[in-house]
Amino acid sequence: MFGPLTVKPSESKGDKTGSWRTLVRPNYLHKDCIACRMCLMICPEGCVKGKEKNAFSVDYTFCKGCGVCADICPKKDIEMVPEEPKEGDR
Amino acid sequence: MENSPLFKSGHTACAGCGQAIAARLVIEAAGANTIIANNTGCLEVFSTKYPETAWGVPWIHSLFENSAAVASGIEAALIYLGKKDVTNVIAQGGDGSTGDIGLQALSGMLERGHDILYVCYDNEAYMNTGVQRSGLTPFDTNTTTSPSGVRSSGNLRPKKPIPEICNAHGIPYVATASAGYPQDITRKVKKAISIKGPKYIQIHVPCPLGWRHETNQMLPVAKLAVETGLYPLFEYENGVLVNRKQIVPKPVEEYLKSQGRFKHLLNNPEEIKKIQEIADNNIKKYGLKVEA
Amino acid sequence: MKEFVEGSHAIAEIVKACQPGVISAYPITPQTHIVEDLAQMVSNGELKSQFVNVESEHSAASVVLGGSATGVRVYTATSSQGLFYMQEVVFNIAGMRLPVVMTCANRAVSAPINIWNDQQDSISLRDAGWVQIYAEDNQEAVDFHLIAYRLAEDKRVMLPVMVCMDGFILTHGMETIDMPEQEKVNKFLPVYKPLYKLDTAEPMSMGLLADPDYYMEARFAIQETMKESVGYLSEISSEFKAVFGRDYKDLLVEEYHTQDADKVIVAMGSVCGTIKEVVDEQRAKGKKVGLLRIISYRPFPYARIYEALKDVPRVAVLDKAVSLGAYAPIAVEIKAAFYGKKKGPKVISSFVAGLGGRDITLESVHEVLRRLTAKEINSDFIDLKPELLKEEYGK
Repeated sequence: MFGPLTVKPSESKGDKTGSWRTLVRPNYLHKDCIACRMCLMICPEGCVKGKEKNAFSVDYTFCKGCGVCADICPKKDIEMVPEEPKEGDR
Repeated sequence: MENSPLFKSGHTACAGCGQAIAARLVIEAAGANTIIANNTGCLEVFSTKYPETAWGVPWIHSLFENSAAVASGIEAALIYLGKKDVTNVIAQGGDGSTGDIGLQALSGMLERGHDILYVCYDNEAYMNTGVQRSGLTPFDTNTTTSPSGVRSSGNLRPKKPIPEICNAHGIPYVATASAGYPQDITRKVKKAISIKGPKYIQIHVPCPLGWRHETNQMLPVAKLAVETGLYPLFEYENGVLVNRKQIVPKPVEEYLKSQGRFKHLLNNPEEIKKIQEIADNNIKKYGLKVEA
Repeated sequence: MKEFVEGSHAIAEIVKACQPGVISAYPITPQTHIVEDLAQMVSNGELKSQFVNVESEHSAASVVLGGSATGVRVYTATSSQGLFYMQEVVFNIAGMRLPVVMTCANRAVSAPINIWNDQQDSISLRDAGWVQIYAEDNQEAVDFHLIAYRLAEDKRVMLPVMVCMDGFILTHGMETIDMPEQEKVNKFLPVYKPLYKLDTAEPMSMGLLADPDYYMEARFAIQETMKESVGYLSEISSEFKAVFGRDYKDLLVEEYHTQDADKVIVAMGSVCGTIKEVVDEQRAKGKKVGLLRIISYRPFPYARIYEALKDVPRVAVLDKAVSLGAYAPIAVEIKAAFYGKKKGPKVISSFVAGLGGRDITLESVHEVLRRLTAKEINSDFIDLKPELLKEEYGK
């Protein structure tokens, strides 16, 4: 008999840590982006995707709103904006 | 480096965790043909809570102090199977599990010459258990077991020099890195992986919770540690210092001001002087100062 | 092929025949000869294992954990302090369901420091989730290693197995052993095919955090597997007999003249050789005495012991270990086998003997039989030297 033991990456969907955001979320302006990819590299969640200029985006299912991407962007093309109230928020 | 499957989203690290950033950079630099042995600690706990795992590579956690030994066993098995040449082995852990409780296992791994890269994520305390002091906690740092108070200015001992200890084992590559310089982490990991034998990389990773700074300050805080000379970035190859990041030194007070864990020092010029001395000694020892 | 060899060397030979991929151990008396022999075999090219000389037992166990997790057969050996130093890894290996096989050369534990034989070390790790089988002589010690790998690697089991052999008495004793030939070993012990392993072709995570919602089932599964292993041991014993000719019956106990006995001694390990001599001598005099030898300590064969001893009026349990502050370990389990049942011995007396290598002689066994009366005795030490005891320190 076996109980909980191993997990394959395909079996794991991850926790929806986007629900952690309460104050701010990143807003990608898509104006001055030079596709340096620093935002993609620095995200602790690895939830920034993109390849072309002005075409990088965040997966808000996982983004925790830490703001490091906005801080690292050399063109200040990412701003932290107030988080939208979610269902269930008062 | 798309939303890489090697270290996936959905892990439960604190927002802005320096260790999560570094861990992702490390495994992406090492690539899919890598097996990881991980010590107990923040990284292990937030990345593998059953039934979730953030890891897209084979990954094992055993105990707090033995990833270096477990990795030694993995490496030996791979050699036996004839697969070592195409598989990287990484052993990793935090500063406590590496430099304190795991120092014996690390030393054994280095001495035996296993072809393993050891990565230490140095957030300078036992963070996972609540910010207790470790052997790598810097001088005068406020932690829960080295709190500042009437009789004490925090941790009264200097930082244990693990990179130097590893270097003394005569291994081919020792380096320090910082989450403030992400591309440097990638470069150093790729370089280490290309070298055969035991390698050690220690990465300075800010912990917004334990160091008490805003989550979006991870980069400036990490950079200040390097720019003041308090966290020298260097590379040793076969015992010879081959590279160091040169700086225009900033006064340590700028670094101390940036985090709550040093707040108690800000009106204590005597202690700040001692810390400046540590930075100055590093600058001298490693030749960090950019010549005018 | 029959060889007259030192026990340790015989173990090294059989481990060589099992062809582990990774061997790692740290020296500790009285295990050293086993590991030294294996090192020599590797050095001579007779054994193609990766031999990892570690800096502690904790790392020895961790190395074999890592090797086993990578899908390779592994081996380690230790005793006493070494076993205790690796204790958390031992629990970890069982919890991670890795089929590690270890020889425990049973030795007393500190303090005081003592290198001679008793069974305190392995018995103290009885909760770990390892199968523990105890050899009476070196032929068994050799055979049990084959059985250990076969059981551990069984897809229904995947639990580590500890083969326990009394330090010095067996490890350093010379016996004639029928060494299993390689072809027969290959026939009995298939190539190890792991159910799960660290492999870049099929990544998986092992050793995850299991919170209160998941932990209990992981532990329950091991308990159930231990119970099932009681049956698997019989199965494997039959397979063993078919290949090698030696019959270990159910690999749970050995009943030596217990059928109609008035008095039975229960014991484990090499001391049973001495007890059998006394049993033979008593039987020749018409005294109905017997020995129930425990082979499998974990899983503990409660039902089998009940069957064997339910009609025996008086049982003496001889423990070579203590549980300080409580009754001796095996005695407690023996009593538990009968509680609440319809039948059972009227008296189960418990004796502690042989600690720290104190010789258990024929006379010691006679003493146990003499003291096995209608009055129950609880964990009395025999062969004690009262002159060494003082009520107050320094007086």
